[in-house]
Amino acid sequence: MTDHAAVPAATAPRPRRQSTVSRRVRKGAVGALWALAGILLVMLMWELVKWVGTLVSLPFNTNDLSMPHVWTMFSGAWQPEVRGSDTTVLQAVLQSAAYSLLIALGGFIIGVSVGLLLAIVMQRFAFLERGLLPFVIASQTVPLIALAPLITGIGNRISIGPVQWSTTYSVMFIAAYLAFFPLSVGALRGLHAPTATSLELMRSYAATPRATLFKLRFPASLPYLVPAMKVSAAAAVVGTVVAEISTGVRGGIGRLILEYSREATSQPAKVYVAVFGAIVLGLVAAGLVTALDLYLTRNLPKESPA
Amino acid sequence: MTTTTSDLAVQAQGIWKVFNAGLANEVTALQDIDLVVGRGEFVSLIGPSGCGKSTLLRVIADLTDATQGSLQVAGMSAAQARQEQRYGIAFQQAALFDWRTVRRNVELPLELQGWDKGRRQARAMELLEMVQLADFADHRPWELSGGMQQRVAIARSLAVDPPLLLMDEPFGALDEMTRERMQNELLRIRQETGKSIIFVTHSIPEAVYLSDRVVVMSPRPGRITDVIPVSLGERDDDTREAESFFESVTAVREALRGNPSSPARARVGEV
Ligand SMILES: Nc1ncnc2c1ncn2[C@@H]1O[C@H](COP(=O)(O)OP(=O)(O)OP(=O)(O)O)[C@@H](O)[C@H]1O
Ligand SMILES: [Mg+2]
Repeated sequence: MTDHAAVPAATAPRPRRQSTVSRRVRKGAVGALWALAGILLVMLMWELVKWVGTLVSLPFNTNDLSMPHVWTMFSGAWQPEVRGSDTTVLQAVLQSAAYSLLIALGGFIIGVSVGLLLAIVMQRFAFLERGLLPFVIASQTVPLIALAPLITGIGNRISIGPVQWSTTYSVMFIAAYLAFFPLSVGALRGLHAPTATSLELMRSYAATPRATLFKLRFPASLPYLVPAMKVSAAAAVVGTVVAEISTGVRGGIGRLILEYSREATSQPAKVYVAVFGAIVLGLVAAGLVTALDLYLTRNLPKESPA
Repeated sequence: MTTTTSDLAVQAQGIWKVFNAGLANEVTALQDIDLVVGRGEFVSLIGPSGCGKSTLLRVIADLTDATQGSLQVAGMSAAQARQEQRYGIAFQQAALFDWRTVRRNVELPLELQGWDKGRRQARAMELLEMVQLADFADHRPWELSGGMQQRVAIARSLAVDPPLLLMDEPFGALDEMTRERMQNELLRIRQETGKSIIFVTHSIPEAVYLSDRVVVMSPRPGRITDVIPVSLGERDDDTREAESFFESVTAVREALRGNPSSPARARVGEV
């Protein structure tokens, strides 16, 4: 009975390319709308919880001090950061978020480069894969909280000529440290992805390992590399914010959250604006990686293995 | 007749291939294979699954080493023949690269040979015209049907203009009608280019229709049991219905069953 359903697809050319590109862009726009709807939903839930808190007693405080109204947060965002200053809370938050984004970006780039390099040598030399992979995995079992002071401690003793290590570098290092792992594991899988037939084809062309890497392995790894990059980007952002908090380095959103939370009793909305800044930071990072994804996989069919 | 080695596309003597030698899962994939393919000759390898057809092709292509035996491809060692691109190869999977256009897939071997862009493009277009896919040059492989993809793979295997084509069930995944069309196309290409071809197939009519000689293999251990010459002259639409075609098909079928009816059997001297 199902025989007729299995129409041979082999002879029917599939749809053209430009339509897939515009479909991807449209998909991105729809995704953004969903994200917006999600944010609205969270706000609604927030107010709902506050309202329920006035009716029954919940196990946590729902008063305006612990959970300020959404509109209080909004108006708080436009208040001066400290009495009499020109910069608003929002400006301060966005500035710090931008600063953190730069650090995260630096960490991401370093992490991706190191991760990719590691994956390439591990793929190329099987003994290195056996030897290095356990260390790569073990590296991630060290908790970030233990790592941050260690790195800062070591880093602050480094000075190369006139260049003095700053704690900001430590933060970037930690971001890179968290970002390299998902990338190297994903890239390694991707570099192993080409079929035996494609590899034999390259061998039949007497292609050098380098040519095989650039013309086959690397492009074939993109469907694995891109999701790995997304995870790495998230890791770099979280790593940056957490490292900023635990090292107390100034300028970034992590430190700002720390400072604002101390003022929670006088200006409870402030810390939420800072948290909002951290969320925006994460979204911008995700957006950047998605743009990179669209660029890198522009020539690939839409259905990817990973 | 005097033939120098360079007149031969392939000259294999006493080829053995043993996988996992000395282990519990040892497999003798090829046992004492003698195979000579003349220049411009079309030879098919046929035999049940696992008899070593692909292995033999891969040994000739220097994609794997023979355990033992002597092998010359285009008058040189198999390794050198591969280094110097003296053969082109096509597999059952077209193995086109999704991230390249059809044209740039055909250009790949030329790129690796360091051809400059202009010559590369011109050559690729020439080949795509030969396989009647010039209109699809800028498409992506995944936009093509299976038969079209296989034609691109064949164009790619011809890119560096090698004297020898090695084909491992290139039409295996195609439906019967597409398959017959592709066979005619392959014969036309062969006519135009004068290539020597070694063609692995599971289809008896396909082997007979295409070949000058059909080499019959049997498994465990993989060896050549028969060589059946086919003389059908010029192929056309009537060939597939000709008496002589069915005679050859029968001869190959009986050789595959192991019936001692073929005169070629004595020559090969197996079993
Ligand atoms: N890499 C390998 N390692 C171990 N055994 C192998 C390997 N490649 C092939 N073999 C074995 O060698 C024998 C011949 O394999 P081969 O692929 O050459 O058969 P074939 O004639 O091409 O079969 P088919 O018609 O199914 O493609 C089989 O028994 C197979 O299991
Ligand atoms: Mg095979």
